[in-house]
Amino acid sequence: MTPEEQQLVQKRQKARAIVVAVLLAAFVVLIFFITIAKIHQGMGH
Amino acid sequence: MTTAAPLLPPADWRDFLALTKPRVMTLVVFTGLCGMLAAPVAVDPVLGFTAILCIALGAGAAGALNQWYEADLDAVMKRTAARPLPAGRMERQSALHFGVGLGAFSVILMGLAVNLAAAAILAVSILFYVLIYTVWLKRRTPQNIVIGGAAGAFPPLIGWAAATGEVALLPLLLFALVFLWTPPHFWALALFVKTDYANAGVPMLPVVAGERVTRRQIGLYTIPMALVAVAPWPLGLAGPVYGVVATAMTAVFALLAALVAAGRTSAVKPMRHEKQLFGFSILYLFVVFGALVVDRWVA
Repeated sequence: MTPEEQQLVQKRQKARAIVVAVLLAAFVVLIFFITIAKIHQGMGH
Repeated sequence: MTTAAPLLPPADWRDFLALTKPRVMTLVVFTGLCGMLAAPVAVDPVLGFTAILCIALGAGAAGALNQWYEADLDAVMKRTAARPLPAGRMERQSALHFGVGLGAFSVILMGLAVNLAAAAILAVSILFYVLIYTVWLKRRTPQNIVIGGAAGAFPPLIGWAAATGEVALLPLLLFALVFLWTPPHFWALALFVKTDYANAGVPMLPVVAGERVTRRQIGLYTIPMALVAVAPWPLGLAGPVYGVVATAMTAVFALLAALVAAGRTSAVKPMRHEKQLFGFSILYLFVVFGALVVDRWVA
């Protein structure tokens, strides 16, 4: 692998890691709010 | 001695996004949202958002699996040759894993967070698009998009089921509307990109049966579509706002479909009416579904 290819691979891996981290954080926040909504729904019944 | 295929660098995250066909997703999300908002039940905003997110992810998964299966076909069509797989920017296996993972995630999340009825319809819609349309029908029959169109008709049904936990007559009519709208919409496109489909060997109606038959079929499918579009009003399932908008929009749709069916082509602007019908058909669904929601709020 040439240094340019190596650089490209690292750049893409870093970008993908950032995207996955952001999506995971968003998922955690979503699950938190879903839990709150479900608790409210349960209290309503 | 065998030579291994050169390894591709890891695909860019934007290529994974492109696999989900974001433009197609817009209409899917919109019709799903309208199906949910038209339901006679108030939905918790978080759970409503989750339901729409699941519909979007499910549609994205179906799009990714479609591109995984059709990479060879996409490579020979101008319109699709730049997609991540035919352009060689991604391994096929990555697209398969991404599609299966995203599809399973969307269905499981819908089932756990929203309800099982919506999750079941979402699962059926993904499987229908991938197995019935992509794998079975698309390369075999010119009726591919007629039956395959059902896959794109599920979102309003899913949205409604997400809100109410069941299926009723109105969402079934919305399903039928998208189902019957699909043939005129796609055949109008197929008329002016016929060469592309022909090169790829896809048996689209204009390629197999010719332009005249396609034009007649566009006209014929528009008749039941128009009836289904207007039906919620006389049936008392929607009010006058929907009734007036749907009738006016359907009249324009029917006029354009009639012009296409009549086959009057201009030497100066070839396929003018076909392009107009294709463009208007997209606007049509947005406006008619939007009118249903406005009608519900006004009532």
